[in-house]
Amino acid sequence: MCGIVGLLVKKPALRSQLGALMVPMLVGMTERGPDSAGLAVYTAPVSEQQHKISLYSGEHAVDWPDLLKQVSAEFAAANEIAAHGNHAVLTSEADPDELVAWLTRHVPLIAVLSVGQSIDLYKDVGAPADIAERYRFKSLQGSHLVGHTRMATESAVTPAHAHPFTAGRDFCLVHNGSLSNPHLVRKRLEPLGIEFETDNDTEAACRFFEWRLREGDDLKTAVQHGFSELDGFYTFLMGTDRELLIVRDAFACKPAVVAETDDYVAIASEFRSLAHLPRIADATLFEPKPEEIYSWRI
Amino acid sequence: MANLNPVPNSREFDLARDSLRDLNFFMHRQAAADGVSQIQVKNPDGAHSIACGLNADLQVEIHGHVGYYVAGMNKHASVTVHGNAGPGAAENMMSGRVHVKGFASTAAGASAHGGLLIIDGDASLRCGISLKGADIVVGGSVGSFSAFMAQAGRIVICGDAEDALGDSLYEAVIYVRGKVRSLGADARFEPMTDTDRATVKNLLGEAGLVHDPAEFKRVASAKSLYHWHADADQEY
Repeated sequence: MCGIVGLLVKKPALRSQLGALMVPMLVGMTERGPDSAGLAVYTAPVSEQQHKISLYSGEHAVDWPDLLKQVSAEFAAANEIAAHGNHAVLTSEADPDELVAWLTRHVPLIAVLSVGQSIDLYKDVGAPADIAERYRFKSLQGSHLVGHTRMATESAVTPAHAHPFTAGRDFCLVHNGSLSNPHLVRKRLEPLGIEFETDNDTEAACRFFEWRLREGDDLKTAVQHGFSELDGFYTFLMGTDRELLIVRDAFACKPAVVAETDDYVAIASEFRSLAHLPRIADATLFEPKPEEIYSWRI
Repeated sequence: MANLNPVPNSREFDLARDSLRDLNFFMHRQAAADGVSQIQVKNPDGAHSIACGLNADLQVEIHGHVGYYVAGMNKHASVTVHGNAGPGAAENMMSGRVHVKGFASTAAGASAHGGLLIIDGDASLRCGISLKGADIVVGGSVGSFSAFMAQAGRIVICGDAEDALGDSLYEAVIYVRGKVRSLGADARFEPMTDTDRATVKNLLGEAGLVHDPAEFKRVASAKSLYHWHADADQEY
């Protein structure tokens, strides 16, 4: 069992409240996912020359300003870092692939959580409320977000196994359910040069969809391909810099409820995570139908 | 705790303030002693297991949306949800009446032995799965695999049905007014008799829905799965 939450605000004026609106949604899904939590928030994009890299150091104390110095010594481009505790967002004009490769080689204790121009990613083990507090989720701002609370059923409880999973740039996915053929998917993707970080089933789905996106699919077409390639139970919630998408498998064993108003689209595994939202009584409520793709763009 | 209420046999719980456990405890252990027969529940906000396992002639009105298993295992009570219900509404109901005014999520009325479940809106997948004798009336449409292995009871569907309606049916009977995307294994359309039309009329009447019984089709078991055939080679 796991909990998923998603929120997209339709009016730019509401972007400053994104985190505050979301925290009770995430905490509301604690019973469905008490062991880990995470979220991807999509902010206003950095400049065209820049990328943002979300970094996580776990239990290791990292001297982030020193890391910035090292990065700046290696890469002549302009670099900035915004750090809080064991998490930092590194913004750089350097080539993101080269920068990630350098980080992986020189500071292997630091995990790269996401790369993109809009996405910031946070995930950790622990109770959702503690994680929300730890990373100041309430103060997060942006246009949309994808969140998850995890109750592990098929692989270990570690920060790397927590959701969201990311692949490529500005793409993330969370999952409630379990896939029965993740190893087949992985065997198919690895010969294409696609590398995996964990043995988690959701990572296989995430990398499958991101591969389809790179092959030229739009997100909906990628999900259509998933219907024949991914076997198992799932409610997937995905984000790109422009889009929020939800889809459930043909059996729809894993729940989801959508609430839509003129101001927002809010998605959760259960209504109890939506009940606090402003003017929820006026919202259009529905459950996504099996194998029907629902998406919203900013 | 519960408010004192001007109506002596009525009690109101506000789940924004009162705990779910207090509400269910009151209905199970205290209501009869206090002479309370009507319960109002405000701000359910998607809570699970509201009014589960009731075993008394209580009238429960829930004003808002509920989560999993509302009125599960209900016996004797009449429970109305003025909102939507999560998965497993009235699952394993033994008797009484459960009325969901909005839509119901998956497995509504699963394994219910008796009583009447009314869903004004749509029911999701697996409505009436393994039904054991209750009646279900759905004002809207039902999702796939509804009435899967249903053993006894009747399901009236005023809208459409998705895939595999009535798969592996036993003795339960389905009446459907709209389109059926596909029937499940061993389910078949059968002619409507006068008795069937009277049954549909009665159930619609109890649910407060107005349709012409002549518009409904009967789906029941072809009973070809009742006995194992060695030469069927598992092809059904």
